[in-house]
Amino acid sequence: MELLLILVIGLLYAGGIYFILRRSMVKLLLGIMLLGSATNILIFVLGAIVKGKPPIIGSVQDVLDKASADPVPQALILTAIVISFALTAFAIVLLKRVYALLETDDLDDLNTPEEEDI
Amino acid sequence: MTGNLILAPVFIHLFTAIFQLTAWRKTVTQRILSVSGAFAALVAAVLLFTQVYNHGTFTINASNWKAPFAIVFVADLLGATMVLLASIAGFAVSIFSATGLSRQRMLYGYFPIFHFLLMGLNGAFLTGDIFNLYVWFEVIIIASFVLMTLGGRKNQLEGALKYMSMNILASMFFLTGIGILYGMTGALNMADLSEKMHDVQNRSLVGITSVFFILGFGIKSAVFPLYFWLPSSYHTPPSAVAATFGGLLTKVGIYAMLRVHSLIFIPDDFTKKLLMVIAVLTILTGAFGALNKTNIRRLFSYLIVCHIGFMVGGIAMFSKLALMGTLFYLIHDIMIKTNMFLISGVIMQLRGVVKMEKLGGLYKEYPKISLLIAIVLLSLVGIPPLSGFWPKVYLFREAFNQYHYFYIGALILGSLVTLYVIARLWAEAFWKNTPPDIVIENKFEPLTIFKKVLLLLPIGILGIVSVYIGLNAENIIRVVDRISNELLDTSSYINAVFKN
Repeated sequence: MELLLILVIGLLYAGGIYFILRRSMVKLLLGIMLLGSATNILIFVLGAIVKGKPPIIGSVQDVLDKASADPVPQALILTAIVISFALTAFAIVLLKRVYALLETDDLDDLNTPEEEDI
Repeated sequence: MTGNLILAPVFIHLFTAIFQLTAWRKTVTQRILSVSGAFAALVAAVLLFTQVYNHGTFTINASNWKAPFAIVFVADLLGATMVLLASIAGFAVSIFSATGLSRQRMLYGYFPIFHFLLMGLNGAFLTGDIFNLYVWFEVIIIASFVLMTLGGRKNQLEGALKYMSMNILASMFFLTGIGILYGMTGALNMADLSEKMHDVQNRSLVGITSVFFILGFGIKSAVFPLYFWLPSSYHTPPSAVAATFGGLLTKVGIYAMLRVHSLIFIPDDFTKKLLMVIAVLTILTGAFGALNKTNIRRLFSYLIVCHIGFMVGGIAMFSKLALMGTLFYLIHDIMIKTNMFLISGVIMQLRGVVKMEKLGGLYKEYPKISLLIAIVLLSLVGIPPLSGFWPKVYLFREAFNQYHYFYIGALILGSLVTLYVIARLWAEAFWKNTPPDIVIENKFEPLTIFKKVLLLLPIGILGIVSVYIGLNAENIIRVVDRISNELLDTSSYINAVFKN
């Protein structure tokens, strides 16, 4: 299971880096999203995956009595997912606005001479 | 009681922003709330600073959990100083934007977002948890995205796209680093990490992880190969926004570097060499970039890059004198860079342009304002006894001790280019006669005397702080001396976190 996930992480990082090196804005966004997913799975794997050992403290106990899964990486990933959701939503709107103004998907065209404003 | 004071600078901005959201489209209410909220935060920051300065580091744990498990907020002297500086700059920018900003921007929620940004900054300076630092970074960048795109002009959106993609990428590197760090040590609390990092056997993995952090913070603070987003985006938003960005956002990267390198990755020879190469190249590229710019704001953007290199070089040397230099420069730089962009805003009000070839005659028409601006410009260049001079003494001294002659050369060249471009700015914008065929669009003259004062007051405040930093350097030196001791010997920080 871990080996499979590690392969997936590698693929996602490779795909993400390939995409952000392209000139298209949509591919830039896709690349950023892939890199975000890769990072999340990386944290998941680094928290040492085990099967069927939830970290639940029984009603009569004070502490966990057996080795169980680490809940912290999942909390981290959850936070990271929420944040990347917000960022992606903003990025999509921004890309749409840029596309509407410039009518191009090419990042190399983003060099309009400056105008003056306060 | 003092524990709760740590959170005051964060919560004051949070509540100011929320109250402003209830007064949507009521720009007068929002302006009053903004200035008073920023002032309250400034008072809280001063109280926090004096408490920390007199009684040492103190902490607060979320929900009263015990230390490495709780998310801990730590006010040590470095954090408290940064909060104080951010609050002074935030107060000045708040006054400036209340008068200098166009009404359309206020209608679309400039002020709430501005306070969310300041909240994020204060949170980043005060948190003692590495993942929490990441979350505050995200608060900062998402607020800065909105501030940068507000207005929606073409070049603004273009700049924002570059800014956004680079900053999201930086966060990704940072998060990857945190993930690997957690995998190695099982800790997120920075004090806890600091103790557990010594026991990690796989030192090469530690080295690689530290590179992830350098990459993440390097993009944010705009160091050499990663700075291109800054000059292509910082000149696009309005001056008030650019002032917050230029003064504070890149310096968060430097702050995080200081924090991470003092607590988690004590710089080894490889990191020191890497940072030193980065520093020298950053100074050189920033300086050369500034040489031929005629748009004042672009010029200032390159100067930000150039001066970031000074501070990275100080971190690279990582000794007491070098850290004192870096910290002093950081204090000076936050005040000056904020002020520079505010000045570009005032020039914009006076003339309607910020291109040097279209400016001129400002000294003849406005001798008093010009004098005020001159003091700030001289502080930036570092004419003794003004504020830019003292940190360079420390940086030079330590560079000679450690035989970093390339860095010394870059420091001299960087300072010289700063002097040259500022002299050119002065000659072009202030001394030269107004070019004959230019139509001047003066938005400053029709303003009431009250608004004129409010527009110049923030520059005055920041100018006075700069002059104070320069003339009362011994007080600042006392502060940076203590901070550099705390950075080199982190036991006081670690003890403060684990005490309660």
